[in-house]
Amino acid sequence: MAFEEIPEELTANVRSLDFDLDKLVGEKKLIIDHVRVERSEIEETGEYDLEGLFVRLGHAIDSIAAKRVVLDTLETLFGGLSNASILRSELRRLFRWLKDRGVTAIITAERGEGTLTRHGLEEYVSDCVIVLDHRVTEQLSTRRLRIVKYRGSTHGTNEFPFLIDENGISVLPITSALLTHDAPTERVSSGIKELDGMLSGEGYFRGASVLISGTAGTGKTSIAANFAAACCARGERCLYFAFEESPKQLVRNMRSIGLDLQPWIDNKLLQIHSARPSLHGLEMHLAVVHKAIRDFQPHGVVIDPISNFTASGSATDSKSMLTRLVDFLKSRQITAVFTSLVGGVVALEENDVGVSSIIDTWLLVRDVELHGERTRGLYLLKSRGMAHSNRVREFLLTVRGVQLIDWSTSRPPIHTAHNEPQISPTHK
Amino acid sequence: MSDADSGNDDHPEKWELRLYVAGQTPKSVAAFSNLKRVCEEHLSGKYKIEVIDLLKNPQLAQGDQIVAIPTLVRKLPEPVRKIIGDLSNTDRVLVGLQLRPQSQGSK
Repeated sequence: MAFEEIPEELTANVRSLDFDLDKLVGEKKLIIDHVRVERSEIEETGEYDLEGLFVRLGHAIDSIAAKRVVLDTLETLFGGLSNASILRSELRRLFRWLKDRGVTAIITAERGEGTLTRHGLEEYVSDCVIVLDHRVTEQLSTRRLRIVKYRGSTHGTNEFPFLIDENGISVLPITSALLTHDAPTERVSSGIKELDGMLSGEGYFRGASVLISGTAGTGKTSIAANFAAACCARGERCLYFAFEESPKQLVRNMRSIGLDLQPWIDNKLLQIHSARPSLHGLEMHLAVVHKAIRDFQPHGVVIDPISNFTASGSATDSKSMLTRLVDFLKSRQITAVFTSLVGGVVALEENDVGVSSIIDTWLLVRDVELHGERTRGLYLLKSRGMAHSNRVREFLLTVRGVQLIDWSTSRPPIHTAHNEPQISPTHK
Repeated sequence: MSDADSGNDDHPEKWELRLYVAGQTPKSVAAFSNLKRVCEEHLSGKYKIEVIDLLKNPQLAQGDQIVAIPTLVRKLPEPVRKIIGDLSNTDRVLVGLQLRPQSQGSK
């Protein structure tokens, strides 16, 4: 029962959500009754009730054996009729009546000041109250939903973001799950043989969350992309969120280190989502990530990077967001690789401490200056549940791919023209 | 004669009124007798009242946008006017039917 839109408008408006009301009406699954109460053409004299509304509703329910009723927006009646006390008692009777008819009813109302609804009535006679709001923080808007009350049930009390797009509405209840997810013992390759070797020879645990942090240009994306390619090579789907590069850029750049992602994109095992982190707020980002994961059902997920992704919120926000994301991925046993850009070399290990507790395997890549040369070093800060190497390996990006070289074997003290002859011996 | 002419303009010959009720409730009965009285006094001989019981014909409620009961709908003369309630306040009924200008009515 629409109080604000005529059926034609309603049909046109929800078509953008992929609902075909005409078809539903044709199949007798839906009936739309537009109720229009025009104050200017109504005079009130004496006692009345809303039996007319009841009759209409009852007739509509009977004609298609409806199980659900939507009243949008009931409070319009208060605008059309002046006797608020009659309306209040009649609406209370209406709620009772709907319940007796055994139909589930959704009643929309606008939010009032200090009360959840303008007239403070609906919220108190309803069994379940869901509050929707639309907030703009730092120019980013997020729609949120919160269940305020739900009689006879335990319900989540948190606010959840929700999305409205061409596929309809998705609500994303992203709470920190209980720590009950399974712990698979199966391993998945990191895509880099030597790195697997460092991880007791077999790679990451399936369902693990892996963090690769490092300063700029240390090859974090390369490690992540290798994981994605390895995932596809096993015939599994991988979802790659690139927040700094477009899919084409990523493919081109990875080709330069001998990794071709295009075939995996072509056979639909790899999906790359690119978006600027500033496009959405934190919650919405999470929601978008969720939705993409639900749609694509990947086995592996790469988020590259999480650092400027989390820069769009406060530290607490981003930590809780990451926790929820990690929990969500774990509950689906999705192996996840996050990259994180850290600022200075000094802050390298501290920088991600906030998130380290939720990470299973943590790789650090950093520039190392050694013997007057600058090279990349990679080491494992931690890797839960497995024996792992504590060595710093040299990390090379070559046209043939990523190589990790044991320092002791790769670099015997080198004497090049750059080294001062008299300093060399003291190094020994 | 001029008086009669202007009177004709204000009160055209044909008045078509519909009273929507839902069963024989006290309010409906009161509304009908109040309406009958007003019509006899002011529109004698030129009105027609149709009573529609929505309990018998629920499908008719939608057409005239009936929400409240009882509702009196003035179908003719146009424009359509609605008066809801038991029509106990004669002044307001007259204002609602535009048989009396609003300024004289007790608002």
